Amino acid sequence: MRPPIVWRVATVRAAADETPHARTLRLEVPDWPGHVAGQHVDVRLTAEDGYEAQRSYSIASAPEDGALALTVERIDDGEVSPYLAGEVRAGDEFEVRGPVGGHFTWRAEDGGPLLLVAGGSGLVPLMAMLRHLAAQEAEVDARLLVSARGWDDVLYREELGVLARRPGVRVHYTLTRGAPPGWAGFDRRIDADMLRAVGPPPEAEPRVFVCGPTAFVERAADVLVALGHPPQAIRAERFGPTGGG
Amino acid sequence: MADDGLWLDGNAIAGLLGEVFDTEMTAVDRGCGSCGAHRVIGAHRAYRGAGTVLRCPVCGDLAARIATLPDRHVVRLAGTWLIEVPRAGQ
Repeated sequence: MRPPIVWRVATVRAAADETPHARTLRLEVPDWPGHVAGQHVDVRLTAEDGYEAQRSYSIASAPEDGALALTVERIDDGEVSPYLAGEVRAGDEFEVRGPVGGHFTWRAEDGGPLLLVAGGSGLVPLMAMLRHLAAQEAEVDARLLVSARGWDDVLYREELGVLARRPGVRVHYTLTRGAPPGWAGFDRRIDADMLRAVGPPPEAEPRVFVCGPTAFVERAADVLVALGHPPQAIRAERFGPTGGG
Repeated sequence: MADDGLWLDGNAIAGLLGEVFDTEMTAVDRGCGSCGAHRVIGAHRAYRGAGTVLRCPVCGDLAARIATLPDRHVVRLAGTWLIEVPRAGQ
């Protein structure tokens, strides 16, 4: 039976800052049907006068996690994110619909290798995939490239450090607006040399997932295609001014 | 990229499409009536303004136009959509 697409009331159980600009909300949603790593939810906020604002947010938690976790980046002049990434408190309620999306998803049984390319908070759905991989103890060659402005903007830093110790999992960073002293990672916008170094090569036929702002995804996809990855093997999820806020 | 940031993927309107069709639509294959390319709906380009417009990611031809009114959605489709839905009770 397909679960109907309905709005459900979500209650915030915990809210924790990930970075100065992003916060993770752990939600309790009665009758939540479960999700697949990579999916997102629609969030609907309703003001007392009936005004509604709706946004989409990727799910950060693994399907195996008991709670539904969203990580929301604050866009200062946004309509919804300043609340979700700012004032929201445990016990607050809002509506969610989902999970939605069946294209930008990965299950452990889909196998690898995996090439995950994240721009900023585009890391969120890719993190759900890595958490799922870890929860399933899947032995999959998985490479993650995280592009962020600075080290303090990187989500889930400590947990990524733990994940990177798993056999087969490698995590690379590129910092585009300044790296700390002694930085050994990349420090420029994504390019062919970088993606070649991260691998896996096109011959390994990796499943490629790219998520980030539209301009980032366009650039990454162009470079990946130029390296020889078939366009059909690249799954992309873009977010922009019309989807964020 | 003149239209940078103005469009998203079909993935972004998965919730709306689910409401309209009552099934998961982003993995549905669509053949473009203009250029012939086949792509899943999640890989199409979605433009959101007063309504929602979905376009072929290869040639930009119209794939769907969805106007959301107070009491209903009005949907116009183009191209060949292959929708497979599980049968009730199966």
